[in-house]
Amino acid sequence: MSVLPYLLASWLLVIGLYGIVSSRNLIHLTVCVSVCQSATYVLLLAIGYKEHGTAPVFADVPTSRRTVDPVVQSLTLTDIVVAVAVSALLLSLALKAHDHHGSLDPAEMADLQG
Amino acid sequence: MTRTMRLALFGVSVAGFAALLVWGVADLPPFGHYPGPYGDVIVKLSVPQRHMANAVTAVVFDYRGFDTMGEELLLFAAAASVALLLRERREHEVEDIVEPVRSDAISAVGVLAAIVTLVVGLDVVAHGFITPGGGFQGGVILAASVIFLFLCVDYRRYAKVGASTHTEPIEAFGAGGYVALGIAALATGLGFLQNFAELGVPGRLSSGGSAILVNWCSALAVSGGFLVIFGEYLQENMAERHGRRKLG
Repeated sequence: MSVLPYLLASWLLVIGLYGIVSSRNLIHLTVCVSVCQSATYVLLLAIGYKEHGTAPVFADVPTSRRTVDPVVQSLTLTDIVVAVAVSALLLSLALKAHDHHGSLDPAEMADLQG
Repeated sequence: MTRTMRLALFGVSVAGFAALLVWGVADLPPFGHYPGPYGDVIVKLSVPQRHMANAVTAVVFDYRGFDTMGEELLLFAAAASVALLLRERREHEVEDIVEPVRSDAISAVGVLAAIVTLVVGLDVVAHGFITPGGGFQGGVILAASVIFLFLCVDYRRYAKVGASTHTEPIEAFGAGGYVALGIAALATGLGFLQNFAELGVPGRLSSGGSAILVNWCSALAVSGGFLVIFGEYLQENMAERHGRRKLG
């Protein structure tokens, strides 16, 4: 199935969005945001993959070897690190929300209701 | 809006969104048939043009170093925001009220683990232009080596490196150094963040030119940023446990 990785990325994004919308807990919601983000990693790496391609590192393979795309890999690797920091920020926001409302359930936060 | 209504609304809109997504990805080139051209160009150029064996790191710190600066500053902003948000909740810094690890065996292995992790981290950063690795991955490992001290030894030893008075300058120096290197390239008459140093022999530790410095700056920024975040949550946890929280 040549479109399977792309469908996986779409599925991760949609299921992550479902988690965000239906969440009853801000910590759970932060995890769902991470699931959405991982959809982008799967999509990027899938687009850059070449059949029988090796890693684009030429320390001990000749430059003539067929390799996968390095650009999408670098996008993914920096974003994984940054995503952890962003999750930490979201969790600290969840702590602040708990201070104000005494709960982590978005439904119990009157000013978040819409 | 009730929960049922919200989910029903979501169901309708996500069905449309999913249909668009599937329609969109169906026209992508089939998996395994990357069409190029950017990746292929970089793969052909990174060794002859930039003397970097690892094309991925060549993209991160040289070809697209400017984009990575954005990522770096994003990390900086996230760590600074965590510190801002959490510090406001505490009366003051809490210190050495965490019980030290009582087992000598665990402490000894912990120190060993911290040293080994530190060396592995430095190795991963240093070889970023040769083998898989670089400032981002290595920076995370470097931060982990300091956290080992807290987990296996005691808070006092951990705080010698991990206290916010140390980790903040590390992070700031890394992020600031990254930008400063971009300006230094401007000063030599090149473009922002363009490589201005001797490129060295591909496959050697000295290869990479001025991107080596960019690599190390990002290692400092990443490890400093992670330690700032870890330190803030640690303080939060201790303040919570010992009731030194501001009320309301």
